[in-house]
Amino acid sequence: MTKTYLHAAHIAANAKMVDFFGWEMPINYGSQIEEHHAVRQDAGMFDVSHMTIVDITGKSAKAYLQYLLANDVDKLTDKGKALYSGMLNDAGGVVDDLIVYHFDVTNYRLVVNSATKEKDLHWLHNILAKFDSSRDASDVNIVLRDEFCMLAVQGPNAKDKASAVFSPAQNEAVKGMKPFFGVQAEDLFIATTGYTGESGYEIMVPKAKAEDLWHALLNSGVKPCGLGARDTLRLEAGMNLYGQDMDESISPLSANMAWTIAWEPTTRNFIGREALETLRTSRTDKLVGLIMTEKGILRTGLKVNTPDGDGIITSGTFSPTLGHSIAFARVPMGKSTDIGNIVDVEMRKKSMPVKIVKPSFVRNGKSVID
Amino acid sequence: MSNIPQELKYTNTHEWIRAEGDGIFTVGITEHAQGLLGDMVFLDLPDVGDAIATGDDCAVAESVKAASDIYAPLSGEIVEVNEDLEDSPELVNADAFGDGWLFKVNAEDPDEVNGLLDAEGYANLIDEDE
Repeated sequence: MTKTYLHAAHIAANAKMVDFFGWEMPINYGSQIEEHHAVRQDAGMFDVSHMTIVDITGKSAKAYLQYLLANDVDKLTDKGKALYSGMLNDAGGVVDDLIVYHFDVTNYRLVVNSATKEKDLHWLHNILAKFDSSRDASDVNIVLRDEFCMLAVQGPNAKDKASAVFSPAQNEAVKGMKPFFGVQAEDLFIATTGYTGESGYEIMVPKAKAEDLWHALLNSGVKPCGLGARDTLRLEAGMNLYGQDMDESISPLSANMAWTIAWEPTTRNFIGREALETLRTSRTDKLVGLIMTEKGILRTGLKVNTPDGDGIITSGTFSPTLGHSIAFARVPMGKSTDIGNIVDVEMRKKSMPVKIVKPSFVRNGKSVID
Repeated sequence: MSNIPQELKYTNTHEWIRAEGDGIFTVGITEHAQGLLGDMVFLDLPDVGDAIATGDDCAVAESVKAASDIYAPLSGEIVEVNEDLEDSPELVNADAFGDGWLFKVNAEDPDEVNGLLDAEGYANLIDEDE
């Protein structure tokens, strides 16, 4: 199994390690619920060094990304601004979801999932070959940046606590930085992104300096948090997990990612566009949120019964912030599955009524359920 | 290595049993079991007065990770359940052999407990699991 540079630090912090798609990662450091609350109420940090960083540079970098991604990097004009997008196949299915940072029109950075690393790298190169042949060669470089570790520091007090470990120049660089921006400040790349629904930073740090940064944050009062809390936090925040809530057989339209599709300008041809145009009118399912206030937990894979047909829970968990169970479910389009309706979930021993809500539950520590 | 108190009896499904005298036995899940399940969020316990038979699934422990059946280690009648778990399911994680107890049973045949595992037998069982 692959270990991150912070492996020893995790063991020292009493981590329980698990196999996460070939990476030995912390699932928790004792209690995933306490870690969840630390992020909602104070500050927590996650080792996300397993994520894949790829730089896309060259004269044709922008045009290539406009062809590769369903969202449009033309929206990015400010230096450091980031965009969330799906990378689709010809059938409109999601090959992966990613964040792209824009530095200038010849210089971009992608952060893609770890479980899909090899597949994504092949995909990037295959699409580049197609792109090249359509333009009679181009100028694009695809460079894997695996010399970094990545730490996500998240929570209402995360920025303050991180600021105590940043240098004066780094603090100056992040001063007033809006959400979804990234900046290179000395040896750190610091971004106002995350996967928790709280404010904070995702920080790329050279491997050799990662352990020092970890310990500095620890001393600054940031609590180590594992993949268990990361999952409950992202689900409360209404954020998809690749491989669970969508995959190559699911279009962004059926995964609550319609907002990431840039339909305009209609002249922009991107991979999957033609299929999406058809699915836009013909799709039969959608991703919704479910809440159940009775005892019990909506688990991934459970069947949802609706008058319009069967659906399935793609991600289900106990919400530590709300104190009851929440889930995402893919259900048939129809009157019975509109927001506010009650449908049934087949639990272990009985069928339980659950309420359909928008697939977003908690933001900045507060419930956002209507 | 999990803590396994010498004075308790155990099942191979990770329940522990403490003799309280007069045929009354307290039942919980072991330190090892709570560690496998992770943070507890709900305990679905039987009602006082319920009759249970050895091997019945008589309660459910739901953790962040999974729902897990609790099996009756002895036949008898439920005489008390741990009401504190309603608001504080984490007691099972924090003190599996103490405040995290689940229910008390008045055994039909108190000698049935002699057929259960002792601490050494249970230690061997979880060694094989690992």
